[in-house]
Amino acid sequence: MISPAFLSQLRRLLPPHSVLHEREDLMPFESDGLSAYRNIPDVVVLPENEAQVAAILQLCHAEKIAVVARGAGTGLAAGALPIDGAVLLVLAKLNQIRQLDPLARTATVQPGVRNLAISEAAAQHNLYYAPDPSSQIACSIGGNVAENSGGVHCLKYGLTVHNILKLRAWTIAGELLEIGSDTLDSAGYDLLALMTGSEGMLAVITEVTVKLLPRPQRAQVVLAAFDDVAKAGAAVGNIIAAGVIPAGLEMMDRLAIQAAEAFVHAGYPLDCEALLLCEVDGVNEEVSDDIFTVREVLTASGATEIRTAESEEQRLKFWAGRKAAFPAVGRLAPDYYCMDGTIPRGQLPHVLKRISEMSIEYGLAVANVFHAGDGNLHPLILFDANTPGELHKAELFGGRILELCVEVGGTITGEHGVGLEKINQMCAQFSTPELVRFHEVKAAFDPDTLLNPGKAVPELHRCAEWGAMHIHGGQLPHPELPRF
Amino acid sequence: MLDTLIERIRAAHEHDSPLILQGGGSKTFYGNPDEGEVLSARAFSGVVDYQPKELVLTARAGTPLADIEALLDAQNQMLAFEPPHFGGAATLGGCVAAGLSGPRRPYAGAVRDFVLGVRIIDGTGQPLRFGGQVIKNVAGYDVSRLMVGALGTLGLITEVSLKVLPRPAAETTLQFELDEAAAIEQMNRMAGQPLPLSGTSWHAGLLTVRLSGATSAVHAAQVKLGGETLNDAASFWQRLRDHATPFFDVRPAASTASLWRLAIKPTTPPLRLGDAQWIEWGGAVRWLLSDLPAAALFEAAKNGGGHATLFRGMAPAGGVFSPLSPPLHVLHRKLKQRFDPKGILNRGRLYPDF
Repeated sequence: MISPAFLSQLRRLLPPHSVLHEREDLMPFESDGLSAYRNIPDVVVLPENEAQVAAILQLCHAEKIAVVARGAGTGLAAGALPIDGAVLLVLAKLNQIRQLDPLARTATVQPGVRNLAISEAAAQHNLYYAPDPSSQIACSIGGNVAENSGGVHCLKYGLTVHNILKLRAWTIAGELLEIGSDTLDSAGYDLLALMTGSEGMLAVITEVTVKLLPRPQRAQVVLAAFDDVAKAGAAVGNIIAAGVIPAGLEMMDRLAIQAAEAFVHAGYPLDCEALLLCEVDGVNEEVSDDIFTVREVLTASGATEIRTAESEEQRLKFWAGRKAAFPAVGRLAPDYYCMDGTIPRGQLPHVLKRISEMSIEYGLAVANVFHAGDGNLHPLILFDANTPGELHKAELFGGRILELCVEVGGTITGEHGVGLEKINQMCAQFSTPELVRFHEVKAAFDPDTLLNPGKAVPELHRCAEWGAMHIHGGQLPHPELPRF
Repeated sequence: MLDTLIERIRAAHEHDSPLILQGGGSKTFYGNPDEGEVLSARAFSGVVDYQPKELVLTARAGTPLADIEALLDAQNQMLAFEPPHFGGAATLGGCVAAGLSGPRRPYAGAVRDFVLGVRIIDGTGQPLRFGGQVIKNVAGYDVSRLMVGALGTLGLITEVSLKVLPRPAAETTLQFELDEAAAIEQMNRMAGQPLPLSGTSWHAGLLTVRLSGATSAVHAAQVKLGGETLNDAASFWQRLRDHATPFFDVRPAASTASLWRLAIKPTTPPLRLGDAQWIEWGGAVRWLLSDLPAAALFEAAKNGGGHATLFRGMAPAGGVFSPLSPPLHVLHRKLKQRFDPKGILNRGRLYPDF
């Protein structure tokens, strides 16, 4: 619990409206984008400048109070879930674009600046910030760095880690770390990569310098229908083998197509098992060549129908269905649970088959939406949280899907992060010495384990308990750990 | 072979005896002098897996870069970060440990951008695996990328998975006579436009620009930019990549001037710090021949928002790399301590005190 003495210390550091302690003020912060996980915070602080952030951290460090950093709260892994007895540090008010340098193609922004706002500010120079998570109208850049956010354009343009240059970040002791540089590399270890995707466990970011890219001259999308998901999966590999790196390459299965079409009337064919959307961008001439190649490959791969968007309006319409896939699926059931595994693309038919078998086993329907280009699978498990036991069943099912992803050589999270949600599955992906090393990396930054404790990397006893429930082929995972 | 490497490191850890990790030995000149017995990973070689359709290649650390590039070439693919070979014997492990990329880097990405996963043996002899073979992976801290450019001080890299890319269908190189300030501005202006750039260089009044991509796109850009077409372009870029031109041939004994690499904000105006220079990476890298004291170059690079490296020459007492800020230096030592508690791996190679 937060003591009254600590609270008054916080109030001395911050203006009155920056410290929230009344229950009704705290309610909006009880969860992030994964609302199945809720916990009302003890206290929320909303600093308005970097000095206040540093002061809050110094105080928490001195008093040994844990800190959970939060941006816009759109995360999907309960990474910003409040922790009992901790301060929830909301960085949303640090929302200024500090500098935009069109010639050097960089923008220096505070962590609360929304992802899309960067591209909007850069648009007058014909530049943009490439990573575009689907929450980009709401999510903020600080959270993007914390989660190493991706989007639909990762295969060609990379994730957050590929698109940032420099960070200002504060350790829990209130010490400033200037990580990265204004150029393409830095002296010493690549701490910029280490910080990216570290889920608020290492330091608190107060400024990010991002790279801006020239806006492509042209983008065009091809839609292809298939009577078999395996054929669609093979087509993805064939496009890449033909030497084309699409800007976006998305796949939806039957249930997702039907839901999207019913919701936004994108004009999708309905009598198919899988739909591919393949967008190419670049200079005008290159796009024309690539569209030609893509159409040829899709035909040879057995597409039953191929359409090229004839206009920008039609292109946006094709995308509207995909972009609305989550809410569209949300109309099919009271609740859905979105998974985020990544697999080698060649494993797609096998993984989809296993998911449909598990769907029958658990009695829960699944719609599959897939960033096919980079192997990132988003199965949406449909359930009703008001039916006792269904949420638990959905979580178990989801966990099994993630373990399947690891089994075929993939990972439990492609872009959403581990947070609290996937903490058990970390035990499936990493060995004990590897988890130990993760804890040691954290200890190098945060020896008292005060930043977002209990998230992202499981405690070893947790893996021992988890392992006891997951004996596979007679082999106990993490056999070296004591059981209790 | 892997067991032998593990055993050697375990024994070295036990006996506090430092090791110098080596691959092909092509970059022994790079970094600070280190001490110890040489442990070569050169014999631990071979491609473990290569799936052109997945755009992923996994190989053991001792695999020569040349072998990997030949294999990719046969499938019309490439290592897009265009790693330097510096004399031919370079291996994959050394390439990742040194973290150096070639002329394509500003337009395609660096080694660290293409590393998907690594297997390492840490300083206690413990084998560990981080990352994987998929393009998107945010489980756990990004320890794979932490290994890139760490010069073996955190562990011996034994296996690497890389993202590879299709080779462009067409490539052409254009040259323009331009003074330094105008060339720096031109490089930055071009990078802000949708042009298929894949390399830029300025030296002795000549701006050289490489275009790569679809044949039609390269042609259109060529028409737009003008300039003179360079005929032996492939060899020009390869010599620049590998420092195989006289400009870069600095031998510590023969000359008082050292070869410095200043990585700075690409729009930084011309530096007046040495006799001659070569600009790369769209203005972000300035190679200088200079006999100024190290402190002056570190300071200049810092003012340019970046850092400096004494690339070839006599190492100054504080080391060849820009000094880190005190809190970052402390963090480096802590990380080193966790991965290599006895400090036996490439001791002093990155910074003299660890």
